[in-house]
Amino acid sequence: MTEKKKLKVATTSLAGCFGCHMSFLDIDERLFTLLEHIEFDRSPLTDIKHCSPDCDIGIIEGGLCNAENVHVLREFRKNCKILIAMGACAINGGLPAQRNHLPLTTILEEVYHTSPGLANGMIPNDPELPLPLNQVHPIHEVVKIDYFIPGCPPSGDAIWKVLTDLLAGKEPELGHGLMHYD
Amino acid sequence: MSHTFTLDGKVIPFTEGQTIIQAASAAGVFIPHLCYHPEFKAHGSCKLCTVKVNGRHTASCTMRAAPGMVVESETEEINAERRALTQMLFVEGNHFCPSCEKSGNCQLQATAYHLGMMSPHYDHFFPNRAVDASHPEVLLDFNRCILCSLCVRASRDVDGKNVFGLSGRGIKTHLIVNAKSGQLADTDFSLADKAAQVCPVGVILKKRRGFAVPIGERKYDQAPISQTADTTEGR
Repeated sequence: MTEKKKLKVATTSLAGCFGCHMSFLDIDERLFTLLEHIEFDRSPLTDIKHCSPDCDIGIIEGGLCNAENVHVLREFRKNCKILIAMGACAINGGLPAQRNHLPLTTILEEVYHTSPGLANGMIPNDPELPLPLNQVHPIHEVVKIDYFIPGCPPSGDAIWKVLTDLLAGKEPELGHGLMHYD
Repeated sequence: MSHTFTLDGKVIPFTEGQTIIQAASAAGVFIPHLCYHPEFKAHGSCKLCTVKVNGRHTASCTMRAAPGMVVESETEEINAERRALTQMLFVEGNHFCPSCEKSGNCQLQATAYHLGMMSPHYDHFFPNRAVDASHPEVLLDFNRCILCSLCVRASRDVDGKNVFGLSGRGIKTHLIVNAKSGQLADTDFSLADKAAQVCPVGVILKKRRGFAVPIGERKYDQAPISQTADTTEGR
């Protein structure tokens, strides 16, 4: 009997804090079971820089706060059959989106010019720096997202439930106790 | 003629004058709702409690029960509509649960869990709304207001103070404080008021209470909203 092909899973953190990735690692020794069924492609865990064109599952943490985030998200959508939004920031912008009611110029002025101790500060303008977006956006506003795992962060158990449901070919379902927005 | 109707096939008794949601609640059957509160006159505005009566949509908080009605509530179709309404409430305001003191005790959040709302689906408005911290004991965070008008009704009908009001029309409707300055500190609002107890979301918050009960141990962390007593303050 031939061994079943492992699913390719890519992950990334956009405008997130890596808390969701930490929570992912909180599935603890179940990672070994998971690795019997999947292999990691592009991910902070592998340091692979770009998605293979045949990824099965892409997991996105964080929302979109700058142009690079949008490019990365589009690369994931293009290369992953299933895209999952993981955590509050990917789903509704989360903490970074709390800047959304302020004009970007005001924020940059305050951070780099007018805050105490920042005399003669300058707004960074190195061409290598991705440009900030006017507002932080949830990822479903830019590409189609197939599944969502809410939470700040979602628990390791919630992430495990969604992944194992998907591996079993089922619609992922979080019941009471695993479904949290906080 | 017997005083019963059926709700999703279950026979529900009622007394003359009861609305569908009152009779259902008395019979222990949960119908999702946000602006309805058993102690107040129905407002009929949030539409979460919409059911089908003999095939037609109606708000179960305003529709009187009648003998032989055939009422549908927990159907795929109606819950999809309720979910869409809930998603619209989420994107119209600024509902960031992780930083909200009401998280876990919030009826909007618990209702969204009940309806299996996995994402807000729509594009966010990210409105710019003020916070009123003028009152020594109570904080008002308008970012989370869903315009249920429970505080308006409580202050006007129970406290006899008329501290709150809904102003504007349509998408511009917003909650105001009835003071010349618009500040809560310039009203006779008090923490003992009924209006201080009824907010289903995190707008009217008692100061210095915050996270006294940790996230994860709160009302709707213990049991889903469909199994908890009706609309009582969860904090």
